[in-house]
Amino acid sequence: MAAPFELNDDGVVVIIGTGAGGGVLANELAQKGVSVVALEAGGRYLPDDYINDEWESFGQLAWTDARSTSGDWRVARDFPGLPTWIVKAVGGSTVHWAGASLRFQDHEWKTATTYGNIQGASLLDWPIDGAEMAPWYDKAEKKLNVTRTNGQPGLPGNNNFKVLEAGARALGYEEVHTGRMAINSTDSQDRLMCQQTGFCFQGCKWGAKWSSAYTDIEQGEATGNLEVRTKSHAARILHDDTGKVTGVEYFDADGNLQMQAARIVCVAGNSIESPRLLLNSASSMFPDGLANSSGQVGRNYMRHTTGSVYGVFDKPVRMWRGTTMAGIVQDEARHDPSRGFVGGFELETVSVGLPFAAAFLDPGSWGREFTSALDSYENMAGMWIVGEDMPQETNRITLNTELLDQHGLPAADVHYDDHPNDVAMRNYAYDRGSAIYEAVGATRVLPTPPYPSTHNLGTNRMSENPRDGVVNKHGQSHDIANLFVSDGSQFTTGAAENPTLTIVALAIRQAEFISGAMSRGEI
Amino acid sequence: MRQKASNRDLTRRQLLSRASAAGASFVIGAGFIAAPDAAWAAETEHLAPETFATLVQMARDIYPHDRVSDAFYVIAVKGYDTAEAAPGIEAGIAALDGAAQGRGHARYLAVGWERDRVDLLRAIEEGAFFQQIRAGLVTGLYNQKAIWPLFGYEGESFSQGGYIDRGFNDINWL
Repeated sequence: MAAPFELNDDGVVVIIGTGAGGGVLANELAQKGVSVVALEAGGRYLPDDYINDEWESFGQLAWTDARSTSGDWRVARDFPGLPTWIVKAVGGSTVHWAGASLRFQDHEWKTATTYGNIQGASLLDWPIDGAEMAPWYDKAEKKLNVTRTNGQPGLPGNNNFKVLEAGARALGYEEVHTGRMAINSTDSQDRLMCQQTGFCFQGCKWGAKWSSAYTDIEQGEATGNLEVRTKSHAARILHDDTGKVTGVEYFDADGNLQMQAARIVCVAGNSIESPRLLLNSASSMFPDGLANSSGQVGRNYMRHTTGSVYGVFDKPVRMWRGTTMAGIVQDEARHDPSRGFVGGFELETVSVGLPFAAAFLDPGSWGREFTSALDSYENMAGMWIVGEDMPQETNRITLNTELLDQHGLPAADVHYDDHPNDVAMRNYAYDRGSAIYEAVGATRVLPTPPYPSTHNLGTNRMSENPRDGVVNKHGQSHDIANLFVSDGSQFTTGAAENPTLTIVALAIRQAEFISGAMSRGEI
Repeated sequence: MRQKASNRDLTRRQLLSRASAAGASFVIGAGFIAAPDAAWAAETEHLAPETFATLVQMARDIYPHDRVSDAFYVIAVKGYDTAEAAPGIEAGIAALDGAAQGRGHARYLAVGWERDRVDLLRAIEEGAFFQQIRAGLVTGLYNQKAIWPLFGYEGESFSQGGYIDRGFNDINWL
């Protein structure tokens, strides 16, 4: 039967979310002839709709449903109701992402083994490794048309990159380049090349940056096997008395509760909403929530050890011109405990417009120390720190029964305390980032605290042993055979790299597993 | 340019009285208020003129940019001149004036040096009134497109085809 599908059609795979995980999985399954209903909480916005104005775009795209925060992370103080900066729209955060597409390093699949016992950290080896993932990374890089792979050239460096590159070279760094980016460096795949417009975070109006919103989703819909229901907010996953899931209750665009039957349910609502949905689906049979016999649903929330360094110079940089994430220093991504911490970090250019600089440069700060930095906005260069943070069982998503969303569902509380390893890494990275800019004449450096999280990982983690995590090496829940997790919440550990390429690779791999298991009648 | 406080208040009053006297050239409501340098003028409906003038000064003291004229700060806080918001603003400014009097000044606007006004603000920076004003300014001030060129920020470039042919890599001092 061709899309659209009936609510009582129990032969469909229901995917919740249409971002890097859900959007790719939906298309991959549709291409294999599997019937898919994708429930997307947000609306559909395409390149013509994107707004190159920071606050206006934020109003259009950002997930601003009720949430609360707790823990010692500074985001909880600066943005208590906004723990994340992610997207509520078709395409999810692939609309907003910068495009950095890096593979994990081999050792990052095996951090418990590599790093040893780190007090307070719940490190665990992934049940998969770099060799297993290599062919899936190949497919993901082709799909995303990543620069510096498959013969695609690197992007040209903008002013912000040139400052980073000159400083990094002066310090002796060697792995400095314009990145592996899911931004076209040539006209290809029916999409334009990058026009150096800036506003990558607001959705690429040229469509030069890969987003599932206008690639995989449209390709999947073209098969007739994929129906995307927008403004459809999943409320609860239902199950029968054998413990198999049978469908998903959701609020439709008019706020009415609907139920879509399902043969398989795949949860891909990001690392906040996915565990929230599993917890909100608690029943008499599963009183702690679905797929939660381990008690691990919602735990080990990771968000990367981020931070930024902005450098002020005596001459203009105009960092906002061109690709937002325009280049990278990779020398510090290695694991080298002699630096005083385990794991590593990437340094990647970043820029914000004046409105977001005012909001995020030093949230809550005021007076001349703050405004004199903004006075030099034109002369500023910026870089973002992306480092591996330690998973901790107590960093977790829980239901805040005191705070209800617009549908009356308990909101997510996002609790995060920095691990001492995170703090040591961030301080080291601030120091190195500052040194890079000072090497090319910065008159002032600003070690800027983390923004609301864009990389949200680990809250339904993958584990070999069902006691240690929520899903197996295919993203299939340990407890319920026809319930899958398909987003970054599967991550056992976070690695130093931007997560999207790995989420996409896992989704392609999972589609292969699900369609195989379906055709064999296993699920 | 800012003037010494003792003159500033006098000047504002004089200006107001002069404006009232010279009302033939333009209509002036009861709430008309203008800066001593005539850089801005605004009419208030719900806030007392002196309250609004103090609020504008407070806004500048929170986010001081010497190259940004008062007109932008006026726009940034004009939204508080509503029936709903006015009582809270009046109370907050009255408390600020009270704090200034506690340090021997006639009121907040009469405190001559920015550092002394900042001291008064530091004492209330954790409070709801200060946070309301500061948080509102983050967007109210910096999201005014007309202010962006003063910082060199160019805003959107899509309508001009991006920067691919317009200087995305034109840095020449490295």
